[in-house]
Order: sequence, then structure tokens, then C-alpha cells
Amino acid sequence: MTQLIIIGIYLSLLLGLGIFASTLFRGTSKDYMLASHSIGPFLLLMSIFGTTMTAFALVGSTGESFSRGIGVYGMLASSSGIIHSLCFFLLGIKLWSLGKKYGYTTQIQFFRDRLESDKIGLLLFPILVTLVIPYLLIGVMASGGVINGVTQGTFEAGTFPSFLENGDAAEDGTPGTMATGSKGGVPRELASLTICVVVLIYVFFGGMRGTAWANAFQTIVFMILGMVTFYVIATKLTGESSLFAALQKASEAIPKEKATRIGISQSAFLTYLFVPLSVGMFPHLFQHWLTAKSAASFKLPVIAHPIFIMIVWVPCVLVGAWATSNLIQIPPPIQANQNLVLPFLVKKLAGPVLGGFLTAGILAAIMSSLDSQFLCLGTMFTEDIAVHYGGKDRFNDKQTVVLARCFIIAIVALTYFFSLFEPRAVFVLGVWCFSGFSALFPLVFGCLYWRGVTKPGAYACILAAISSWVYLFWKSGFAEDERYTLDFTIAGTTYPTMPVFTMVVCSTLALIIVSLATQKWKPTEATLAKFFPER
Amino acid sequence: MRYVVWGLVVLLIVLHQDVWYWDDATLVFGFIPIGLFYHACISVAAAFTWFLATKFAWPQDLIEETVAEVNPEAGSFRANPVNPGGDAEAGAPA
Repeated sequence: MTQLIIIGIYLSLLLGLGIFASTLFRGTSKDYMLASHSIGPFLLLMSIFGTTMTAFALVGSTGESFSRGIGVYGMLASSSGIIHSLCFFLLGIKLWSLGKKYGYTTQIQFFRDRLESDKIGLLLFPILVTLVIPYLLIGVMASGGVINGVTQGTFEAGTFPSFLENGDAAEDGTPGTMATGSKGGVPRELASLTICVVVLIYVFFGGMRGTAWANAFQTIVFMILGMVTFYVIATKLTGESSLFAALQKASEAIPKEKATRIGISQSAFLTYLFVPLSVGMFPHLFQHWLTAKSAASFKLPVIAHPIFIMIVWVPCVLVGAWATSNLIQIPPPIQANQNLVLPFLVKKLAGPVLGGFLTAGILAAIMSSLDSQFLCLGTMFTEDIAVHYGGKDRFNDKQTVVLARCFIIAIVALTYFFSLFEPRAVFVLGVWCFSGFSALFPLVFGCLYWRGVTKPGAYACILAAISSWVYLFWKSGFAEDERYTLDFTIAGTTYPTMPVFTMVVCSTLALIIVSLATQKWKPTEATLAKFFPER
Repeated sequence: MRYVVWGLVVLLIVLHQDVWYWDDATLVFGFIPIGLFYHACISVAAAFTWFLATKFAWPQDLIEETVAEVNPEAGSFRANPVNPGGDAEAGAPA
């Protein structure tokens, strides 16, 4: 119960922050969606970092390290330190400049203008929304799992309706029981719903300013509490009072296959480098880039991002590897669901008060991404569909904000509905979601740096990206095959590769070949002069 | 110097594929597996490289051009020159 009270207080604090931010609301949709371009370097760093560090970074990385060992860090953390900042540098600053000059709020506005194609918005909008949904799903699923995991054993049978307490029936038809369902914790369906509602409320009250503040606050919370979690788990796991002695004892117990990358293919590891390209096409990051007060605001995020990733990921990866040692017995149900490894360790090794704070830290990481994604979906709907097709005089600012909120609620309801089904590993689902965005990276890069991109080339790129993604996702059994790779045999040697590699190659080739073949459909000289001015 | 910075970025990407520590379970400082330590060093090196990039490869010309085109006194943005119907404050080019 103590954990629940602490989590409740934390959620109330967030609501208070959102309401406070709403007192500074200037009443315009521009202020609601972009905080009137007022975000400085520190807030930009914290909000961008908080947005990119999701349940994937904490719950997912710990679980994947438990499953595959320390190689997880190289697969996604150190590569992100290089590639994310590269994207901020090459794309973020240029898009910020164009957004400032031509008043863009969303990616689709930029693509419509750059390619002189109205219909490209109709193609891109459902694709971007569809790709954001699995990203939201990661957060919604993980928040429910974490709260349930740390509160297990708190409630008597009958506290919640039986359909929430008992869970699904077994495969042989045996009805579920509390022992196989919520295990006396807050049912995960209820916990996920609560988190969705809290995030919705503070996003609705605070808009982008409230979201940026909440992100900064939550990023500080999860970084500090993450370090406390690391200390507590290390010392309690080993029984050592000195942190250094505890670290040594815990790491010496890691089995060799988890302390190395023996079980990871070198070619798959190499092709993981394509996954972080996704930040170039995240709609919520595009919106965050446009909140920057000045271009100088980008310097701090570009430099500090790799270090911040390291601060969060190294402890999580170590904790996941320690959990494979003989210092702790991980029960089979937890082993079978790697999302539960971190909540299990927190519950088992921290007391109720500390456990409550640590859980708040994990939830902070999850919510600091959900909020930006919620806001961005609403912005996309109003700007790219409602205002674009309805006409800018049809809706006043108040109506625009209401429309944004209605669309957000509809998408959150859909995501919540998906979260009720059998959960997938957060890490695996995250990689699929990021791979889809990575496949669209050639589009934004080409539009910014190559005058020769044509409208048919852009359509071909998008269709190649999404069709290869759908096909490979289907081939993987919709992420059921967690180790799905595409294997290429060259000179008798087989090289497993991540699906993202094939997707990026397909979309890049489609963009280049079709653009070269359709140069007569190039945008007008006036448009090209606008995006590629003579210096 | 600009080329040196971009050369360092390429070098980082190459060094990221550290096949030499693939099956080495040595613990650096007695507690951090070398494969993890090496990649943490890659993260630090990336931050340093990006620091150099902001010093020597910062797109100052692009930024100055943007500032010149935006009218700071009015506190709003110039209307879209190609699609004049696009309203800067509402953010939606026509």
C-alpha cells in the first residue's frame, strides 16, 4: 500500500505541474502546440531526452540484457549516441530553420510544401499515426506491468471485479484465478488506464509548455531515482555495504554468455545501427525541434545526449545481466516475460517506501514520452487534416484545441484497447516501431539535401518503406518471433541482418530510382529556391 | 577542421563494430564487462565529437539567414512566400 500512496502523490504532483503551466497559456494554438518557440537549451535537452527515453530504455533494456546480455548497450545505446545527435545536427537545425521561416508545425506541412503535393499528407498521415501507436503501446503496456508488479500481494481477492483480478483463461480452458492474474496487485488494465488519464489531463491543461516542463521534471526524477535503484539493487543483491565491493561481486557472478556478445550475430549487431535513424522521422521530435527558442538551443542537446543515454542505459544493462547470475532466483513467470524483470527486482530488493519512489521513477520515464506523443498526434490531426481541409478560418483557436484533444482521446482509447491483449516484449516491439520510422528516414534526408527528389520518388519511398515494414512484421508473426532476422548468404557464409536494414535499402532505392526517372515532375524553381537558396 | 569532425563521426561508426571484444569477458575495474565499458567509452567519445561539431561545423550561415528572414520586431514569422495564403501564426501553409 505504501508504494501505491507514493505513486498516487507523484501522479498528483504531475497534475499540479500541468495546471500551473496552463496559467501561462497564451490562448493560441501556436502556444499550445509549440510553446510559442520559447524553449531554451536546458529545457530542450531535458524534453528531447525525456521523450526519446521510454519504457524501452528502462524496462526494455533491463529485460533484453537479462535475455541477451551486455551487447544490448552497443546495439542501441552507443549507436544512438552517435546517430541521434547526427540527426539533431543534420535534420533538426535545418527543419527548425524552415519551420521558423515558413511556419510549419508538423512534418506533413513541410513535405506538402517541399514536394508541391497535397495528397502526400493523406498518404503519410495514417502511416505516421499507425507507427506511433506501437510506440504508445510500449508505454501503456509497461506502465500497467510495472504498477502491477510492485503492488502484488497488496489486495485481497474481491477488491477489484473478477475479470480484472483473474486475467485470461489458460490455453486448456481452465478459468483464470487471482494467482495467475493480478496476483493481488493493481490489475494492469486499471494501472495502464490511470497512467493514460493522468498524462491526458496534464497534456490537455499544459499543452507543449506543460509537456516540456513535465518532461524536464520527469527526466530529472528518473535519472536520480535510476541511480538510487542501481545502488539499492547492487548492494541488496550482494549483501555488501560498499558500492564498489557490491559491483565487483555482482559482475563476477554474471555468466560468460551474458558478459560478452557470444550469442549475438556480428552482422545483426552492425545492422542495428540503422534503428536509431528513426529519430529523424519521429513526429513528436519534429515538434520538439520547432519549440527551440534559437538554433543555439540545439548545442546542448547535441553534445549531452550521448552522455545522458549512457547514464541511463549502463546501470539498466548491468542490472539485467546481474539478474542472470546465481545471486538471485528469477521465478519462471518473470523469466517468461522479460518486461517484468526490473519491477521484480525493485519489489524484491527495495523496501516499500523506496520501492514506491523507484516505481515513480520508472513511470516518469514512461510518461515523459507518452505526453509528447499524445500532443503530437493531436497537432497532426488538427493541422494536417482538420485545418488543412476545413480551411484556416473555419476553426478558431479554441475549436482547434478541442479537435486536437478529441483525436488524442480516440487514439489513446485504441492503443489502450490493443494493450489489453497478450503483451509483447517491450524491447522487441520498440525495435519494430523504430524500424518503421527509420525506413522513412531517406525521405526527410532526401528532401532536405537533394534537389532532385520528385513527388513520385517520395511516394515510391513511402510505399516501399511501409510495404516492406508490413511484410516483414507479418513474417515475424507480428513480433512473436523475437529473434527474427533476414539472413543473406554470401560465398557460403550466412549473415543475419535486422529487418530495418532491408527496409532502409528498399525505401532509399525507391526514392533514388523513381526520382531520377521522373525528373520532369520536379518541384518548380520557386519551390527549389525556397528550400535550396543560393548562397 | 570541419572535415576532421565529419571524419571523426565516420571513425566512431567504424569503431562501434568492435569485433575484437566480442567474446572477451574481462571485467574492467573489476566490475564492468569490457564489451560494455568499451561502448560506454564510445558514448563519451561521441559527446566529445559532437562538442567539436558545434564548435567547428555549426551551420552559422543557415542560422543567420533564418534570423534575417524572420521579422523579430513583429514577433511573428514572415508569411510563406510561395503560398501567400499560408498563415504564419496558424502554422499551416495553404
